Amino acid sequence: MTVALIVEQILNGLQLGTMLFLMASGLTLVFGVMGLINLAHGSFYMAGAFVTATVTATTGNFWLGLLVGVLAAAAIGVIVEFVIMRRLYDRGHLDQVLATFALILIFSEGTYMIFGSSPLFLSVPQELRGSVSLPFDISYSRYRLAIIGMGVLVAIGLYLLISKTRLGMRIRAGENDREMIGALGVDIKTLYTLVFALGAGLAGLAGSTIGALQSVRVGMGEPVLIMAFVVIVIGGIGSIKGALVGALLVGLVDTLGRIFMPLTLVSFMPASQAMSIGSAVSSMLIYIMMATILAFRPHGLFGSK
Amino acid sequence: MTSLQNRFNPQALAAGLVPQSREHWINVLLVVGLVGAAMLAHFLGERFYVNLASRIAIIAMAAVGLNLALGFGGMVSFGHAAFFGLGGYVAGISAYHAFNMTPVLGIGFMPEGSTQMLSIWLVTLLVSGLLGLVIGKISLGTSGVYFIMITLAFAQMMYYFANSWPAYGGEDGLPIYLRNELPLVDTNHNLTFFFIAAILLLISLWLSQRLMGSRFGAALTMAHLNPVRLATAGIDPRPVKLMAFVISAMIAGLAGALYADLNRFVGTNMLSWHFSGELIVIVILGGVGRLYGPLAGAILFVLMETWLGGVTQYWQFWLGLVLLGVVLFARGGLMGFLAGRSKDV
Repeated sequence: MTVALIVEQILNGLQLGTMLFLMASGLTLVFGVMGLINLAHGSFYMAGAFVTATVTATTGNFWLGLLVGVLAAAAIGVIVEFVIMRRLYDRGHLDQVLATFALILIFSEGTYMIFGSSPLFLSVPQELRGSVSLPFDISYSRYRLAIIGMGVLVAIGLYLLISKTRLGMRIRAGENDREMIGALGVDIKTLYTLVFALGAGLAGLAGSTIGALQSVRVGMGEPVLIMAFVVIVIGGIGSIKGALVGALLVGLVDTLGRIFMPLTLVSFMPASQAMSIGSAVSSMLIYIMMATILAFRPHGLFGSK
Repeated sequence: MTSLQNRFNPQALAAGLVPQSREHWINVLLVVGLVGAAMLAHFLGERFYVNLASRIAIIAMAAVGLNLALGFGGMVSFGHAAFFGLGGYVAGISAYHAFNMTPVLGIGFMPEGSTQMLSIWLVTLLVSGLLGLVIGKISLGTSGVYFIMITLAFAQMMYYFANSWPAYGGEDGLPIYLRNELPLVDTNHNLTFFFIAAILLLISLWLSQRLMGSRFGAALTMAHLNPVRLATAGIDPRPVKLMAFVISAMIAGLAGALYADLNRFVGTNMLSWHFSGELIVIVILGGVGRLYGPLAGAILFVLMETWLGGVTQYWQFWLGLVLLGVVLFARGGLMGFLAGRSKDV
């Protein structure tokens, strides 16, 4: 077990955590402000990836594709909020789960209808191919490093947006007391649409950037969605800080667990057995972590109420 | 009893003591319709439709289990696939070891599996009840969205464990070469198997009816509607809800064991979050907190799935639209539509 392996895995964990943060911050904002539990958030991730892949394939420009993909995801978010979500804000969680579950079916099958069942391919842009050398003789993928950098920028941007701008002030006010800010003359419906579009755009950004690492296919959003739920539940639903901490925690635990769990077990049991037990346990690790945290802190690490 | 008294006596309603109520006749119609359809299909030689009826009965039974937690207890479990899948794996693993004559789980002192449904059912009830106790005990510390998510997390644990544990097929699943057996009857006969499923469904319906008509049911309803008031009356809501959750898990588990035998296969799809979602969908389609709602929901869901699946390759798209329409415009589900607005649950 070399230093290089450990550092590389930590970076991989950070990259996963970054992407989870992009998903989770939108989810947690939507829940915090509107009280909406949105299972269809993974559909925006998928939509962003599909649009980016299509635009990149036709124009040959990844950055243009990325821009269009994010905007398209946000635009779909606006439409979905306008047509469906606003009818669900004052319903119970059960109705919200059911309606957004139905949206997943509609989006997944709709994508099959439009793009067919074979996956699309999106390649890493020219500027970010290859790897960079880091200290300790480590070379690491330039693109993955760029994703981590982007995550840091988004986190800083969100922090500034929420704590320094008028829109952010309204979002925070919306989390605290929805009726009061409506009474104070803030156009709450537009605020809701904006928050939803922001969340959808961030999910689209995550999908578009990850689309270049994996294949772009229907259902790609679902595993990420479930992990993002684990993240926001661990962090405390409604808390952006919680989403950041939870995302990094889940990203690191999942990545490191998959590598080091079998390696640790090998030292005290036969190799084949260690591999199978290790892989079984490590794939459950983040859920075990979540259940443990909720058992002791029923509202997550940074949850209010 | 006058009809006015009945209206305000949920216990009497739940216990089916109201002979003329429209819901009662709808319930009878649903059961008779399902059994009649299966028998008709059998005499017309349509084996596919007999198995479809068995599928409806089994899924309905799992939904009856979920309805106890979700509809009557207000516990929105997004992880009932864990129990359903566990039941399936009990049947699969038991048959696997009986076939290979190896001890269960590879542990020396364990028995060599069994192909007897009765013992499989007993083990299933025990194991899924225990799992329900553990999951319920931990999850009931949370509420609202956290409860939804923690139950989902437990089901995902089971899913990933089954997926990456190679001994029982991993992601390929585990075939059951010969359907497990019952004394005196031939379980390989399609109509016989349907009747086994239907009888277990009726037993679980009868059980929920008795439970909801009892003191326990009244406490459960109040634990959901107004836990503080229940506590004031001297009953701690937590154990009441936990008990309902455990029973709910046992019913879902037993349905899973039957489902594995129906398909002669158990796979990780029985543990997937999609299935948990579908169970919620079925309960809501039928009408939340309606005793026979799960049966109505299962009939509607499976028929829609089969019919739409035959018409178009993209049937889930249309299913999604229907569901969305039900949530947005037709609250109360199918039973609400057929039998009028629900009582106060």
